[in-house]
Amino acid sequence: MGKHKKRILQLAFFAATYLAVAALIRAGTINDFSFAVIVTICINIILSSSLNMVTGFAGQFSLGHAGFMSIGAYVCALTILRRPTPLGFLLGMLGGALLAALVGLLVGLPTLRLRGDYLAIATLGMAEIIRVVFLNLEITNGAAGLSFIPQLVDWNWLFAATAGTLLLIANFLNSSPGRACIAIQEDEVAAEAVGVNTLRYKVTVFSLGAFFAGIGGALYAAYFYFIKPDLFGFSRSVDILVIVVVGGMGSLSGSVVASVLLMVVSTALQAYPALRMILYSLLLVAVMLFRPQGLMGSKEVADLVFTRFRRAEKTEKQGG
Amino acid sequence: MFELRDLHVHYDMIHAVKGISLRVEQGEVVALIGANGAGKSTSLRTAAGLKKPTSGQVLLRGEDVTAATAQKRVALGLSLVPEGRHVFTGMTVRENLELGAYLRRDSAGIAQDLEGVFAYFPILKSRQRQAAGTLSGGEQQMLAMGRALMSRPEILLLDEPSMGLSPLLVGEIFDIIAKISKAGTTILLVEQNAMKALRLADRAYVMENGRIAATGTGADMLDSEEVKKSYLGGA
Repeated sequence: MGKHKKRILQLAFFAATYLAVAALIRAGTINDFSFAVIVTICINIILSSSLNMVTGFAGQFSLGHAGFMSIGAYVCALTILRRPTPLGFLLGMLGGALLAALVGLLVGLPTLRLRGDYLAIATLGMAEIIRVVFLNLEITNGAAGLSFIPQLVDWNWLFAATAGTLLLIANFLNSSPGRACIAIQEDEVAAEAVGVNTLRYKVTVFSLGAFFAGIGGALYAAYFYFIKPDLFGFSRSVDILVIVVVGGMGSLSGSVVASVLLMVVSTALQAYPALRMILYSLLLVAVMLFRPQGLMGSKEVADLVFTRFRRAEKTEKQGG
Repeated sequence: MFELRDLHVHYDMIHAVKGISLRVEQGEVVALIGANGAGKSTSLRTAAGLKKPTSGQVLLRGEDVTAATAQKRVALGLSLVPEGRHVFTGMTVRENLELGAYLRRDSAGIAQDLEGVFAYFPILKSRQRQAAGTLSGGEQQMLAMGRALMSRPEILLLDEPSMGLSPLLVGEIFDIIAKISKAGTTILLVEQNAMKALRLADRAYVMENGRIAATGTGADMLDSEEVKKSYLGGA
């Protein structure tokens, strides 16, 4: 019963967000500038929730998420430069995500035998290789990158991709393979002892994370007109990781909350360019000092709401 | 039922297990005892498929499973309780036990075995909704054993079940091992607490520097001057 209630609450939240933003866009309250902020937030939600699935839930520390993002971005850009239609965009986005997943699979098979910091270094190297490949390919136009990419992303696409990603990740984590991944993060030896094929699930979750990073990259390319290899370097991977850590490793809603919060803060600070990075960094230090487990820890918003309800019910019953 | 044949295991350059052979018959409790660093745990981990041997064979019911993964061995009826109480600390007691039945699909059988585990360890029943990380050391050991039983193993490999527990709890754990054995599960037990292990075991092997140094029935070993001197603290 609790599960149904949570599901209904989630769907209601998604529907309300969709309708509210759609109404504000129609009313003209959301202009091009604020819509660009919303696009960035949504892309960050997709990137951070998928990285959270890999790093927070399954415990595989990856520093290469931007590499997978760039694969999605380039494949989608190259597709819609030739076919600037919604169908072209859909094919480009899925194609980019699938190629990212395939690269994730090929990279994951040898590297996911490594643990912790070794894996982080390996994924970092992988992302650099992808960047250098795009830098040197003819079709990607090298360091100059691709420009005049048709802007095909509107709120409908954006919402469908973001909500779809979140729902698919949440469902995956609740499935038997998802539980196996969480077991690996909790205790790899024990997971192996109960019969979980640890390498297989690590590769699965890594590849699935790469798929969603590819979706995020495709949205980026189809909104911001222009991509180049440098946009998907090490610092982008770190930015995504920061969102995951600030939101809480192992909390999907934490990644959503942190994506919104950090973007809002960063936008608000744009008026003070000199202080911006200092204040932003201070905020991160403060969060880590006072909430080292991240804003949400490993809890979900729905859990918190329902514990409140349950507590309230209990006290009422006791009182009555 | 279960056999290790001339097993060699290396950790990089270190030759930890130097050609051991041992046998466990159906229904037996066999103890593998020896000093720290003798290679007992390594042998057990290799038996379970968590570590690859350099050479030698692992046989389960006459079948060579040396190349089989840990998962395959669990499916074939071999289950390991790893050393040091590896439980899923963030999950509840019940979720831990359910993960023990990870490879099974017969929900009726799983429910039945869950009741069986609660019969062995009543404390786990009263704590089923509690996070495993909040259990005491003894309770975590019980949970790790219960979780292994949830795969309905034919042979249970126990790695140092008494480690870090109070004498009272050690007694309790050994009583339960005896019960599990009576219920028909074959047991291979690695222990530092040699006295307890030998009293329970039908047969025992003593390991020393990666080799089997002595073998015999549990009772014989308890009487052996050699074993007494080296592993039972003289007397």
